[in-house]
Amino acid sequence: MGQVSNNIGLSRSSSLGSVSEDRNTIRAAILIQNWYRFTKARLETRRRYSLSIFQSIEYADEQDQLQVLSTSLFFFPLVPVSHILTSPGVSQVVDEGLSLTEFENKIDVPDSYYGPRLSFPLTVEDANALLHAFRNEQLLHARYVLQLLCETRRVLKEMPNITHLSTSYSKEITVCGDLHGNLDDLLLIFYKNGLPSEQNPYVFNGDFVDRGKNSMEILIILFAFLLIYPNDLHLNRGNHEDYIMNLRYGFTKEVSKKYKDHGKLILCLLRDVFSWLPLATIIDSKVLILHGGISDTTDLDFLNALERSKAGLSVLLMQLSVKCRINRSKLLPRESVANETFCYLQILDILWSDPRSQNGCTPNKSRGGGCYFGPDVTAKLFERYNLKMLIRSHEFKPEGYEISHDGKVITIFSASNYYEEGSNRGAYIKLNPELIPRFVQYQVSKYTRRQNLQERVGTIESSALKSLREKIYAHRSELTSAFAQYDLNSTGRISVSDWAAAMESVLQLELPWRMLRAQLVQMTPNGEADYMSCFYDLKIGQPTKEVQPALVETLCRYRRDLEIIFNIIDKDHSGLISLEEFGQTWKLFASHLGIDMYDESLDKLVLSIDYNKDGHIDFNEFLEAFHVVHRLEKKANS
Amino acid sequence: MASRKDGAVAEIEKKIIEAFEVFDHECNKTVDVREIGSIVRSLGCFPTEAELHELLAKVEEEEPTGYINLEKFLPVMTKVLLDRSYQPIPEDVLLHAFEALDENKCGYITKEELIKYLTEEGEPFTEEEMEDMLSTALDPETNTVRYRDYISMMIVDET
Repeated sequence: MGQVSNNIGLSRSSSLGSVSEDRNTIRAAILIQNWYRFTKARLETRRRYSLSIFQSIEYADEQDQLQVLSTSLFFFPLVPVSHILTSPGVSQVVDEGLSLTEFENKIDVPDSYYGPRLSFPLTVEDANALLHAFRNEQLLHARYVLQLLCETRRVLKEMPNITHLSTSYSKEITVCGDLHGNLDDLLLIFYKNGLPSEQNPYVFNGDFVDRGKNSMEILIILFAFLLIYPNDLHLNRGNHEDYIMNLRYGFTKEVSKKYKDHGKLILCLLRDVFSWLPLATIIDSKVLILHGGISDTTDLDFLNALERSKAGLSVLLMQLSVKCRINRSKLLPRESVANETFCYLQILDILWSDPRSQNGCTPNKSRGGGCYFGPDVTAKLFERYNLKMLIRSHEFKPEGYEISHDGKVITIFSASNYYEEGSNRGAYIKLNPELIPRFVQYQVSKYTRRQNLQERVGTIESSALKSLREKIYAHRSELTSAFAQYDLNSTGRISVSDWAAAMESVLQLELPWRMLRAQLVQMTPNGEADYMSCFYDLKIGQPTKEVQPALVETLCRYRRDLEIIFNIIDKDHSGLISLEEFGQTWKLFASHLGIDMYDESLDKLVLSIDYNKDGHIDFNEFLEAFHVVHRLEKKANS
Repeated sequence: MASRKDGAVAEIEKKIIEAFEVFDHECNKTVDVREIGSIVRSLGCFPTEAELHELLAKVEEEEPTGYINLEKFLPVMTKVLLDRSYQPIPEDVLLHAFEALDENKCGYITKEELIKYLTEEGEPFTEEEMEDMLSTALDPETNTVRYRDYISMMIVDET
């Protein structure tokens, strides 16, 4: 060590120290580099499986929902199918004749309201006022929302199913994907890319709502710009522009909460507006933009001609009716199938399909609707319609975008931090007149200091594991019996292999269980899994002394699905249903699921919830009680 | 006894398949060749870059496609795990490595020194890797890496 100068750092440039020294440092360097790369790989693995957990649970939830809905459609005498298919309650809202002035007369805006006051026809000043207000977390008054929706519907009705655009005058067109109620992302896009205008056209490719907490504000902004620049702001319908999806994924709740009494009216009008959203956009006759994807039967001429507003009833329901009535492989030729069904299928496919690298067109198992389409399907469509590119959204992508099918298909996803802070970037496409795409990525952060990778992965991982543990707890009974099958001597322990098999057979999430094991279950000294330990730190919020555990668990697991059913029964969106309706609903639901339960059990349960003494229960309160509480969290908060 | 050994091998194979699938986006039993390092490491191994290249040579197709098939990867990786190749680096060995770079034995390495060692010697870091390590390891006030603290922090995070 003697020759090396004591000056820190720079003077070690004469790397001609003694040979053994060099070998030492080289060895040390390799060791450190090796170890660092190991930790990096470990982080990447944790990040991947966390995203995998989020995605699997999300898709599994969507599938479950379909099961529940099929129950409600075909086994519920209480809920006639026709009721679901027609607009509830306030019928005059759907009336064509309703004008802006009628809303003005009917709804009063108090002087104390300091939010934006819109005047129609809208101008850029109105748009700026809205942006400013929403940045400051203000609400737009219900009257203006209704007027805006009314006008939007009027304008949308004039539009064809497929909008044709051109990149004339050297304009770049910006294409954005799913926003899912993330207002921060929309504001960031406008900040980076400028507001929509004649010189700055935009296409928003569906899924504006659900999951995030500002779905309403996003719609208001998009619709406002649509009214101001109808030739330069274009909207495509997504699978979440659908009232049943909204019941499940948060938009309905958001509107009801923000607008209370006026909420019902707004939701009603929205249903109509959604049904009038165009289905696709084509740029320069070469670039097709739609929300989900395509299938081997996608027919653009047919899509252009059909009456899209008729398909405004929930696309989800279409899914069910189609599922029940036809087998996909028997579909062709078109003439052999009823026109209506074919209509549904076409729309279903473009809103729900996902691209895959294998050739062919197969039913989309994870979504339960639409299909997986391969490069051959894309190539065939392109040939038929002389297309060059397909831009679609619908799928979460960690980098905000992904290119597939040999450059022909682009997925664009604009909701950053979709699952959790730090989970992914969002992106948008700038398309120039040569139709070469350029991608711009971004990520909103609520932290002023940017988290390093370690911290970000830590956040995502704990959030993902939390969701997973909740799912585990909600399936407690099933899991316990699955474990018991491997534990014939009732020792409380089984091999890791058996534990993993049991987990997958019950939860069906296709997750790397062995990798996750350490976070989910405790091990015995001889390397076996103490299987009941996966339930230790969790319990269900509601006191359950008098009530059957199985009942509580079921309520917990199907909480969100029950919410949808209750919402359908609750015609006037009051949040209350009668005890009798509740009892009947529950009985049918339970019997379809094959759950044994005693009447007294349910009665006791209902009694333990506060409800109006007039024989109605507030089902939101009731459902709120059945969420999984993480004991460790509770400890921390107390 | 044969069945117990088979059981152990079967379990190892399942572990490998799981790790592989984490990186298999399209669920078609192939992964991008650039992910192999992550997969091998996620199974608890510490191969050097040179060792990784050797391994890759065994699992690549004759005409490299940029993708690795599970079919080829599984037997090779199973042998790696059974032979316990690419042993983990224990904490004390890691500490000695940092100490070897700390000439004055003062408990820290300066930013410049560390950059020089790690981007010029051994199996050099890319700029990205260096920046990333510094973002966690560097104490911005003194512009040094207090390696004992750094190691403790990283190890804790693992458990």
